[in-house]
Amino acid sequence: MLKVEGLHSGYGRIRALHGVDLEVRQGEIVALVGANGAGKTTLLMTICGNPRASAGKVWLAGEDITGLATHHIIRRGLAHCPEGRRIFPRMTVLENLQMGAATGDPAHFDQDLERVLELFPRLKERLHQRGGTLSGGEQQMLAIGRALMSRPKVLLLDEPSLGLAPLVVRQIFEIIAAINRDQGVTVFLVEQNAFHALKLAHRGHVMVNGRITLSGSGADLLANPEIRAHYLDGGAS
Amino acid sequence: MPAALRDSLLAGLVAAALALPMLGVRLVDSATGLSLAGRFDLVAWAAGLVFGGRLLLRLIPPLPAMPVLPAGFGNLRPAAGWAMAAFAVLLPFLPFADRNVVDKATLVLIYIMLGWGLNIVVGLAGLLDLGFVAFYAVGAYSYALLSQSFGLSFWVCLPLAGVLSASFGLLLGFPVLRLRGDYIAIVTMGLGEIVRVILQNWQELTGGPNGISGIERPSLFGLSFKAVPPEGQRSFAEFFGLDYSGDHRVIFLYFLILILALATNLFTLRIRRLPVGRAWEALREDEIACRSLGINPTTVKLSAFGIGAMFAGFAGSFFATRQGFISPESFTFMESAVILAIVVLGGMGSQIGIVLAALLLVGLPEWFRELQQYRMLAFGGAMVLIMLWKPAGLLSHREPTIRLDGQP
Repeated sequence: MLKVEGLHSGYGRIRALHGVDLEVRQGEIVALVGANGAGKTTLLMTICGNPRASAGKVWLAGEDITGLATHHIIRRGLAHCPEGRRIFPRMTVLENLQMGAATGDPAHFDQDLERVLELFPRLKERLHQRGGTLSGGEQQMLAIGRALMSRPKVLLLDEPSLGLAPLVVRQIFEIIAAINRDQGVTVFLVEQNAFHALKLAHRGHVMVNGRITLSGSGADLLANPEIRAHYLDGGAS
Repeated sequence: MPAALRDSLLAGLVAAALALPMLGVRLVDSATGLSLAGRFDLVAWAAGLVFGGRLLLRLIPPLPAMPVLPAGFGNLRPAAGWAMAAFAVLLPFLPFADRNVVDKATLVLIYIMLGWGLNIVVGLAGLLDLGFVAFYAVGAYSYALLSQSFGLSFWVCLPLAGVLSASFGLLLGFPVLRLRGDYIAIVTMGLGEIVRVILQNWQELTGGPNGISGIERPSLFGLSFKAVPPEGQRSFAEFFGLDYSGDHRVIFLYFLILILALATNLFTLRIRRLPVGRAWEALREDEIACRSLGINPTTVKLSAFGIGAMFAGFAGSFFATRQGFISPESFTFMESAVILAIVVLGGMGSQIGIVLAALLLVGLPEWFRELQQYRMLAFGGAMVLIMLWKPAGLLSHREPTIRLDGQP
């Protein structure tokens, strides 16, 4: 569904990605874990066309989307839920969701809204509250819900656990599993919380300094002693 | 208590130090040449005032917080808007409304319209535009030049001026697209000045600093407001069987700007509920999030710039037809600053807030012309006080653009 081949990218003269190969198949959850500054967020941003890839290709559903402008890429069925949630704080929850549907067919709006509110009953209670007054977990739910409003083929999630309490993190990951299982949305997840991410994912990749160093099924990677030493031991769960 | 005293003494000393060079000495021109004379009583007064004021501020308990408005108050907002509109319509017929009052109200309405126009750019789309007066100038000069060169009437020129200003807005919007926040302010300020300098120096077209005079006054469906109507036209007074009076035109101009301003307001209220308007507000909140949702920031920003400029263009051609004379002096940076102050003081994005701020910033100084040189002092003081008291502007509440039925 989403395929990345030999992707190079960076900011100005700083190179952040050195040839990344990766594939996310239809209906899968794929996790990308790695330390701070490994290039995980840069990979997501490059897939979305900002910054542009300096070499390599990105395919979405068989179509080459390398070098397209961000809004064209998103309109082809990619939803990007950016790092740090980035909801619209002064707009209400409903308005936030409406913005998520900005590029979609207005005829689907009511149906999509109902689907998202079913997934996040908390948002239904807070529909007319300003986004900025929500708790961190609710804001993350809103960010995911907003991304789902466009009926994406692939959902890109950048650190959905960022700054959330462990219990809330578990809730969010359960919801991500449900989105994938019940609604058939393909998910590409970037996380520092390796334990939760790999437990959830069908397949996982580890990124170090702009390269993928390890790949495998989520369970295999979780059992890998090297990963345990680097990302899990020390109470990451 | 001793702390308060020490603090006040310090403030008094600072005031004395500042007042000494500013108030304490004065140049005296005498037969032997220039000499300095002391005015130390003034210094003592200044220091004493600051000391006393500071002490009072420290001793009086802090002012009670603003009373929280009752829950139902939000529903009064549309009612307040309608009441204001009704008052504005009736104003010229009220007993106290002489020509002077209507004239000043017209001026306030011009600024309300400009504020509403700039509100689209600054309040909704969040692009800090310090050169808005450029579009106002383009509108004014468009009408003046089209009318003088081609003899077109006000009603033909009004939409043309809007189109010209809007295209100008798009043109000036391009350099701003890649910038954010403060940088936009600097660039738009520069662009605004460029427009003024061009108007000042392009002698052959704009008349330079002499401006353009004798601009055609508008007519009402071909009815002239002149005492002696031009060939082939009837006068307004004659048509309605009234005695000729200069007041008719003043009242007509008042209603003209009222309609233009209300149209601006109606447009903004409507477009906020449409995808474009919502995209403007989302862009103000978070540009990166907008891009992640597939919104093209370029078109969104340009549309805000263009539409805001269009309304400035309408207001500009009205200004030209009302004054009958325009020159670059009417379009200085100070105008941009006042319009921006109206939007910010009103509470970015609030339509009624802008009306209140325009009344305060344009209306009050006009009514208090007797205060003469203290006028600007009061103006500045009022701005500081409002920002201290309501940092987000007079009315900072944001009305949601959509509600589901059956929900509060």
